[in-house]
Amino acid sequence: MPQASPAPPRFQHRSIAEYVAIIVVLALVLTSVMNTAPSLDKLQRGTARLFAPSGFLMQMFPPDFSRVEHITWKLVETLQMAVAGAALGLVFAVPFAILATDRLSPHPVIKIAARGMIAFFRTVPDLVWAIFFIIVVGLGPAAGVLALMIDKIGFAGRFFAEAMEEADTGPQDALRAIGASRMGVIFSAVFPACLPSFTATSLFALEKSVRGSAALGLVGAGGIGVDLKVAFDLFNYDEALTIILMMLVLVVAVEQGSSWIRSKLI
Amino acid sequence: MNLPQFVGTTTGPALAGPVLLVSDLSKSYGGPVVLRGVSFAAFSGVSLAIIGANGSGKSTLLKCLIRLTDPSSGKIEMLGQSVGDMGARALRQFRSRVGVVWQKHNLVPRLSALSNVLHGVQARMSGPRSWWQWAAPAEVRAEAMACLARVGLADKALQRVDSLSGGQQQRVAIARMLMQRPELVLADEPDASLDPQSGEDVMRLLSDLARQDGLTLIIISHRLEHTLAFSDRIIGLSGGVITLDVATSQADPAMLRRFFDKPTQ
Repeated sequence: MPQASPAPPRFQHRSIAEYVAIIVVLALVLTSVMNTAPSLDKLQRGTARLFAPSGFLMQMFPPDFSRVEHITWKLVETLQMAVAGAALGLVFAVPFAILATDRLSPHPVIKIAARGMIAFFRTVPDLVWAIFFIIVVGLGPAAGVLALMIDKIGFAGRFFAEAMEEADTGPQDALRAIGASRMGVIFSAVFPACLPSFTATSLFALEKSVRGSAALGLVGAGGIGVDLKVAFDLFNYDEALTIILMMLVLVVAVEQGSSWIRSKLI
Repeated sequence: MNLPQFVGTTTGPALAGPVLLVSDLSKSYGGPVVLRGVSFAAFSGVSLAIIGANGSGKSTLLKCLIRLTDPSSGKIEMLGQSVGDMGARALRQFRSRVGVVWQKHNLVPRLSALSNVLHGVQARMSGPRSWWQWAAPAEVRAEAMACLARVGLADKALQRVDSLSGGQQQRVAIARMLMQRPELVLADEPDASLDPQSGEDVMRLLSDLARQDGLTLIIISHRLEHTLAFSDRIIGLSGGVITLDVATSQADPAMLRRFFDKPTQ
């Protein structure tokens, strides 16, 4: 039997800096959990309250469908907000994306500015945009639509720009060599090449918009979220459950529909 | 001005003055020099072949001619215009007069053959009606169909180009070039990515169309037999320098072989 080589050490040697980094990460996780996560005692008492005969969960059942017609119309409004917000956002995302694309932007400064604005729109949550637009246009769906639009410019602008960066440059160069204008190159070569990616992004934007629009009502920006907040505030938990279930149906239907369209188009 | 020396300009169908005059052209991409003191002329109606091994500067020369890349020094006069002195708008108008057929056809794959051909009209027309075949004026659509017919693909007008064969795609690219109504045609190895038969068919088509329309054809080829069959004059590049300028009728195939990476049968 050949003599076995000595086994390698179980752990690799690490530098002081690596040990410090590990300790810092562990300390961050531990302090975050200790300062913010609920205690076990709190969780136990909360769960007991939840399942008590007069508790929140028990009061939710059976769901109250007495206002189903009103909720349905509010869901339609929510869907309309989502479609309007997504459509406007996608339309305005296109010029932002063009200006943010290396080969299509007219000037590097404009490209940096466009990228910065897209990043800003994307970074600020849609609920914050909703509060901002409630101040501008008042309570109601208009503020929600504007919030969704800005959020979608940030979302779709980034993905549209990435798709245009990755598009084959050969057809674009060929059209430039013909003497085509910048718009000619964009509409004749870039957009057709990016169509599958644009379609996928647009459908994801619509899904995101539907999910977002349901929550915007919580701050007064229209849609079903207003009714959900009122139901919770008035302790009508059975009605709240009905709203949640109907929102679930809407979101799942939109997601399934958009998956089906993607599978057919792309 | 120090005019370049020409060889073989007395043969072939050259009748008028030069449509292209390249003087002392050099190009480097920061490091190595790709073109060094290149001078030559091309005459109206003549088919000029530029040959050379990989890295000899052929494609860079072609890009310099329409300023897809800027030369480091030297002068190019084409179709009576000084290419180096043009602003953006003038360059666009100048490019519209020059047809280019690329090695890779550079069509828009998801669009129909007709839409791709119609894009050639952007040389003289802008706006949405030149972007899509369904939006184009009737006379423009008719002209695009006529161009497709000239390359034998009228029956494929509404077929997506990515469903066509390589040879058919290159024919669509030639039809797009015809739609442009060019005064001079540059072809960068249009036969390179095709099988031998399709490559020969494409070269023959390009050569015939250029002769029919009286166009000057400047063609880069990597196939010796095509160079001999479809050109009136041959320029050979080695290491970015012109080392051969000869009428095709006087060219010795054995002498030409050194300009090709692999011996061509």
